[in-house]
Amino acid sequence: MNVPRKLALAASAVFLFLFVLVAAIHFLLLADVGSGEGAMSAADRNAAIAMVVLAAGGLVWLVLQQAHERYVRAALRMAEELDVVEADSALRVGEAGAAELVALARSINRLAAAREALEHDVAGQVRAARVSLEEERSRLAALMADLNQSVVVCNLDGRVLLYNQRARDELSGHGEMAGDLLGLGRSIYTVFDRSLIAHALERLQQAREEKSDLTAAQFVTATRSGRLLRAHMSPVLSGEGAGATLTGFVLTLDDITADNERNARRDEIIQSLTEGGRGPLGNIRAAAEMLADFADMPPEQHERFLTVIRDEARKLSEHLETAAHAFTDDLRARWPLEEMHGSELLVAAARRIADRCGIAAKVDSDDESIWLRIDSFGLLQALSYLAGRLHDEYEGEIREVRLALSLSQSRGERLAQLDLIWLGGSMNNETAMSWEVDSMNASGGATPLSVREVVGRCNGEIWFQRDRASHRAFFRISLPVTDAPKKLAGDGRKAAPGSRPEFYDFDLFRWSAASRALDDRSLFELAYTVFDTETTGLEPSAGDEIIQIGATRIVNRRLLSHEYIDQLVDPQRGMAEESIRIHGITPDLLVGQPTIEVALPVFHAFCADSVLVAHNAAFDMRFLQLKEERLGLRFDQPVLDTLLLSAVLHPNQESHRLEAIAERLGISVIGRHTALGDAMVTGEVFLKMLPLLAAMGIKTLRQAREASEKTYYARIKY
Amino acid sequence: MAKKVLIADDEQNIVISIEFLLRREGFEVVVASDGEAALVKAREEKPDLVLLDVMMPKMNGFDVCQALRADPELAGMRVLMLTAKGRETEVSKGLGLGADAYMTKPFSTKELVAQVRALLGA
Repeated sequence: MNVPRKLALAASAVFLFLFVLVAAIHFLLLADVGSGEGAMSAADRNAAIAMVVLAAGGLVWLVLQQAHERYVRAALRMAEELDVVEADSALRVGEAGAAELVALARSINRLAAAREALEHDVAGQVRAARVSLEEERSRLAALMADLNQSVVVCNLDGRVLLYNQRARDELSGHGEMAGDLLGLGRSIYTVFDRSLIAHALERLQQAREEKSDLTAAQFVTATRSGRLLRAHMSPVLSGEGAGATLTGFVLTLDDITADNERNARRDEIIQSLTEGGRGPLGNIRAAAEMLADFADMPPEQHERFLTVIRDEARKLSEHLETAAHAFTDDLRARWPLEEMHGSELLVAAARRIADRCGIAAKVDSDDESIWLRIDSFGLLQALSYLAGRLHDEYEGEIREVRLALSLSQSRGERLAQLDLIWLGGSMNNETAMSWEVDSMNASGGATPLSVREVVGRCNGEIWFQRDRASHRAFFRISLPVTDAPKKLAGDGRKAAPGSRPEFYDFDLFRWSAASRALDDRSLFELAYTVFDTETTGLEPSAGDEIIQIGATRIVNRRLLSHEYIDQLVDPQRGMAEESIRIHGITPDLLVGQPTIEVALPVFHAFCADSVLVAHNAAFDMRFLQLKEERLGLRFDQPVLDTLLLSAVLHPNQESHRLEAIAERLGISVIGRHTALGDAMVTGEVFLKMLPLLAAMGIKTLRQAREASEKTYYARIKY
Repeated sequence: MAKKVLIADDEQNIVISIEFLLRREGFEVVVASDGEAALVKAREEKPDLVLLDVMMPKMNGFDVCQALRADPELAGMRVLMLTAKGRETEVSKGLGLGADAYMTKPFSTKELVAQVRALLGA
């Protein structure tokens, strides 16, 4: 029904109603005037009029009530429902009341549905964006991990935002007790001298201001373990073009210790050859000149000069021999030779020969233990080059070659013999020789080197040999054998399967440590060291000692399970049986472990710039504090205790043991009662607590500390 | 009177030749086989010229040369330094410390004699 019609109807109804009412009253009044007999009494008439008026009033009330219900109340209900819909876009308003309101409700619901779809879409896009960002980050992490160079990215405060495994290996120093000086959110200045970095940054800034071409600065520095590093610093800019500002820097590091040592060694060789030869040569020359100039000397004098010459010549030869050896070693180190399994080389060579020369190649290796240190690419080229020349020389007459590898001994040195063997064909030595010394370029090879040069580079020799009886001819390459390569260092710390190493955190770009005191910093953005200790017993004041320290870090709400300390400590005293039952660390495990004097400074460095977190922290802190004076260390960082925080969150729970809390918060507990295992669980518990604390209004470090202090548990003395 | 020459060198194999040569050339020869002995012999024997090797045990040729030049009693003594290294920096150091001339091994014995004669004006 459209509105004008409804309006006309309503108007007609009101008009009709008034007409009937007026007519009824009028009729009653007229009835009084009309007849004298049989007419109503005045009282009857009044009553009838009152009845009519009442009935009319009742009818009006009924109609208005209906209208109020359908128009006013329904609208108010809809308004309330609309408030809820605003909060939750999945809900809808009820479609009740007058047809107009129903129509309105439908429109509103359509709008709500559209909004819900939009929100859903946005959420989907955010999710997709996050996934792709995550993918990019993983890719970056993988790339960084494989990089053969150390990379560290820092913000302007020197906080580490990203580093790779290589950087960690190089900068964390060498040896078990070096600890992790490099970590996310840590200061790069624990590794490098502040003034070095500041100077380099200054140069970069200046270059930018002067718009000069300098886009990177370099410096050389020594690590704590005495290695020399060449650092290359390039700026991280935010913004575009000329308006870009410096927000951080990338350091790529090269360990040049080995290069320097190698250069020094080479200088030594050259010097020993030039300067070292002068003395003996001078002696020989003088003696020889005496013999020549004074031929009249007595025989015994003559003999003395001859002895000098023989003596010095021998010394000079020995000297040359030593230098030559040193030079060979040096050469060996200089070429980019890599270890390769012998049979692997054969298979690769056979494939290459078959592909490039159209000759079938059979592989024959009798010793699987042969490892070679070679320029594999060059050697493969050389082998396929020789096979190619064979093929061309005999115009396809030779259809098959054999590649054989065997072991031989020469004067106590193990050598590998790599043979390229073929049957038939009559080749003379001169041809073979020319193949060895020709540049491989000449017949389409990719290198200007000759076969002999390549083999020489691998510290080997090559020659041509023929066995007339069997019609076999072969090129033999004799190569020194090397040991099977050792596993690369640092592998022990590989990530657990499926977990991505936490080697970067770009959110740290927003950090500015200096700007705010720790106390008012959000709990979410602080860096934490979560730790636990195992001890010989429960009474530090009675001489109980730490036997294990486990610690890990939390930065930007992530548990960095790859940055950890897991250290046994020799307590230099006995242990109570009960404590052995708890942690399972028997005294024999502690023999040869560092003492607390060594271990604690490492831990101290590890927790620099962070808030300490432990379960029942007072107990562990007591052990640490008792050592402070003797070791000249202070553990004066803020401390948070998960036991106290649990009491803050759940004051009515009976147990605040770590297992109980973990269970309450839905964390599975593995590896308890090792210090590191407990520290990890404590860290996860702490992370789960953060949002719950925030919901209670506990958002800063100060608030967390104050709330902790108020709990009942905080008043118990340890 | 024959001029006196002190040979200070720990290398027996060169001393043999130089000693033989200089005696044949008519010089009186004294030998010292380390730096300290060279200084003692120089003071005792007051030679006209010292053939001073740089690399010697106990005291090297530079230090000996410096000590000789610091002693006013040995003022007229000539010093000819011998070296097996032959770096220019070393030559300049020797001359700077007061050596009269410098020869690098291996040297020709004829040149050595010529140099000695020139220094002694003989």
